[in-house]
Amino acid sequence: MEKHHYTQEINITDALMARINELVSHYPADKKKSALLPVLHEVQDAHDNWLSIELQNKVAEILELKPIEVYEVVTFYTMFNQRPVGKYMLEFCQTSPCCQRGVEDLMDYTCQKLNVGIAQPTTDGLFEVRGVECLGACGYAPMLQLGDYYHEHLTKEKIDQLIDDCKAGNITFYDK
Amino acid sequence: MGRKILLDKINVPGIKSYEVYRREGGYASVEKALKMTPEAIIEEVKASGLRGRGGAGFPVGMKWSFIDKKSGKPRHLVCNADESEPGTFKDRYLMEYIPHLLIEGMITSSIALEANLSYIYIRGEYMWVYKILERAIQEAYAAGWLGKNIQGSGFDLDLYVHCGAGAYICGEETALIESLEGKRGNPRLKPPFPAISGLWANPTVVNNVESIAAVPWIINNSGADYAAIGIGRSTGTKLISASGNIKKPGVYEIELGISVEEFINSDEYCGGMETDRPLKALVPGGSSVPILPAHLIYKTANGDDRLMTYESLSDGGFATGSMLGSGGFIVYDDRACIVRNTWNFARFYHHESCGQCTPCREGTGWLEKVLWRIENGEGREEDIELLWSIQSKIEGNTICPLGDAASWPVAAAIRHFREEFEYHVRFPEKIKNRDHFTHEPFHKVRHLVAPQTV
Amino acid sequence: MKVTIDGHEIEVEAGTTILQAARMIGGDVVPPAMCYYSKLKGSGGKCRCCLVEVTKGSDANPTPMPKLVASCVTGCMDGMEVKSKSSDRVTEARKAVTEFLLINHPLDCPVCDQAGECDLQNLSFEHGHANTRFIEEKRTFEPENIGDKIQLHMNRCILCQRCVQVAEQLTDYRVHGVLNRGDHAQISTMVSAAIENEFSGNMIDVCPVGALTDKTFRFKSRVWFNKPFNAHRECTTPGCCGKVTVWMFGNEIQRVTARKDEYHEVEDFICNTCRYDKKEVSDWTIEGPRKFEKDSVINVNNYSRKLEKVIINTERGILMGRDEDRKKISMAAIDYNKKIDGTEVKQ
Repeated sequence: MEKHHYTQEINITDALMARINELVSHYPADKKKSALLPVLHEVQDAHDNWLSIELQNKVAEILELKPIEVYEVVTFYTMFNQRPVGKYMLEFCQTSPCCQRGVEDLMDYTCQKLNVGIAQPTTDGLFEVRGVECLGACGYAPMLQLGDYYHEHLTKEKIDQLIDDCKAGNITFYDK
Repeated sequence: MGRKILLDKINVPGIKSYEVYRREGGYASVEKALKMTPEAIIEEVKASGLRGRGGAGFPVGMKWSFIDKKSGKPRHLVCNADESEPGTFKDRYLMEYIPHLLIEGMITSSIALEANLSYIYIRGEYMWVYKILERAIQEAYAAGWLGKNIQGSGFDLDLYVHCGAGAYICGEETALIESLEGKRGNPRLKPPFPAISGLWANPTVVNNVESIAAVPWIINNSGADYAAIGIGRSTGTKLISASGNIKKPGVYEIELGISVEEFINSDEYCGGMETDRPLKALVPGGSSVPILPAHLIYKTANGDDRLMTYESLSDGGFATGSMLGSGGFIVYDDRACIVRNTWNFARFYHHESCGQCTPCREGTGWLEKVLWRIENGEGREEDIELLWSIQSKIEGNTICPLGDAASWPVAAAIRHFREEFEYHVRFPEKIKNRDHFTHEPFHKVRHLVAPQTV
Repeated sequence: MKVTIDGHEIEVEAGTTILQAARMIGGDVVPPAMCYYSKLKGSGGKCRCCLVEVTKGSDANPTPMPKLVASCVTGCMDGMEVKSKSSDRVTEARKAVTEFLLINHPLDCPVCDQAGECDLQNLSFEHGHANTRFIEEKRTFEPENIGDKIQLHMNRCILCQRCVQVAEQLTDYRVHGVLNRGDHAQISTMVSAAIENEFSGNMIDVCPVGALTDKTFRFKSRVWFNKPFNAHRECTTPGCCGKVTVWMFGNEIQRVTARKDEYHEVEDFICNTCRYDKKEVSDWTIEGPRKFEKDSVINVNNYSRKLEKVIINTERGILMGRDEDRKKISMAAIDYNKKIDGTEVKQ
């Protein structure tokens, strides 16, 4: 199934390792595998928001799993990226209530503005637009997710502002 | 003003923090529960008539009483905060603005179940809420409400948050358990039910956030007090996530039993339609439940007022009724295209099917493809029958209820809006743009598909 | 415990599933099973082919079950009454599941090595439709090389997950599994690793369809042109029974498989040495011809009956290319490194 092989630099810092150990401690000693999802989140956040095969193998080693057990999980859940992604990933919710409030037009607008298609990083690697399924913000539609945060009640002006902020590096997207 | 139980204190400044929450009477139910026997707590919850707020509406007290305490295995309480049903965003509101209420509920409920290790499974997209809960749990540990020997009672409880990573199916309780074990979110075959063999094969109870958050009030007051609110078997209050073309979308706590008309039109709740466009359809309980056409929203088929209760919303069965479900209340005005909307939901279920069992894996994709063709002007007359047939073959034949959830919206759309499907098939040039009903709503073109008699 | 299936009553032990009880009765009442495998723990429940209707739950609680249940994972209760073949609902459901299994299946039986011993073919023969209602594009997967012993054709897979259970339960290090989800779920190693374990070949035998086939037997022969014999040898691999079926063409052993029973389940698992490395007649003690169920296509090649040589008298021109065709039927004479015009095939 492997078509392209992307590589990345693996850097499990002491702080990251400490956090992993803390997460593992949330489960009984013989149930290390249970920590897999939270650990993958942490590791992905520390590695440009994606997980290479090598990094997945590393996680398998840390949690004493077979690599295939990690691959199975990574490919099942949509939040784990298996290729390099845009630094600022604008994930628009495109399920019915958001469509009802015009998210499709906003997605078209954003793609045009950035001159990209859906799920295509911009050439500078800065942005990527994606359509995702319901994010649980139907009452605050249209909305998008950027990193750990939601941006709700979107308008074209708000998107312009958001993109400008991202370009200026003037935005927090991880809650650490 | 309706009575508020969950959101009573939501406007108190700083209620997110432990100090304010405690000052406002928080954690009293834990103090009370530690002095009660577990059986007495379960009886109280049974007496309240509280029904699972995640969608299925199974009585919570009953579910608790099934947990296997005889085997001597460790027990677990898992809170299902994997809120992903389109149209539903109430749990997030609760956890974001009053996190300690959930934690208090988890402690009280764990005491009832005699569980010493409990988890809150939150969807991965709610990462900032995850952090809020983690901080709140730390505060609760620091104040002695969690950990060893809680408040000197001898009862130990560890509580952790576990995050998912983007899978609707993990809202199904056994898929959630699999995911919590670090595996793919494939629902398990039942029996055995989680109450006998759940997390790590230990007896486990999985409850929705809102169900657990209602427990402190029930213990502080009484089951009977809770049961006094509402109508018949729909007791207490319910959070409704209102969205779509209404003036004031958001989360509202209602006493079960108010009328749908009041909920949509009163200024206390949705505040009426967003614009002066007419109400076209309503999905009252999240995307899985059947959609209701305008004439069945305020009144049931036999002319009674439609109420916000489990029973009234399902009055008439699937032929003329729907379900309260998780309370994802989506209102559509006449700009909405039912075919497009049904396709949208079908795409959702196609995307979220776990792929384990045949009817759902293959059927959801087929539904989406056929609906996509119809919506894009490539439909055939026989496709409507085909859709009906596919959905009927998925429903009831799958491992978990996702198959049913994918079938019901399609069935209901065809049942109530068949003419719109025919219009799409017969007038492909009129539906070229996705906003085709904005300028020419369906009621203006209905005559084109009306049966002709000579 | 007493269970009644389609009117046949049978006494079973507690813990028996409906499917096992039906197999004890045998004949028409046995539900088809595409994912259940009695020798693999945790198998079953997924394909939904074996759905049955429980018209009476038990003597203690006679309420019928509202939904059809998967007979392979539903335990019998005392006094339970089940309808299998006799229920229209069940027949409808099995037809539905068959249709679902086939919509994305490539239907490439003419070039599939499993044809003739394929459970999906059998299922379609009984429950399938001659024409399809599916006009969309079929789902396809990128080919993946999983080594020189096993050929993976993901497009044919029905995701029964038996092969994953074989790897989990028979081998000590599983390298393949189910990746992705929904209708894009697939059997894969993710990294195109070769699956090399002394018992990996059993994945081929448990596969109900042509998704996993023997690469060493690839395109060698249609199964019904082979003559199957029971054979055994003293196998020294721990855990291998050494009892196999050898599939012969003339004096050549073209394929070795485990012995399969009437439900196409292996009687005992065999090792890769027996399967791949022992292809000489002298390696084996041949016990005698292996019998197949009456309607199996493998019986078409019934070698107990004498065949008359067929001579066709036709003009030479009409027979152009027939020599090549004849080679194709007998397979063994074809050099697969060459195209039909004699040029080399690029690997």
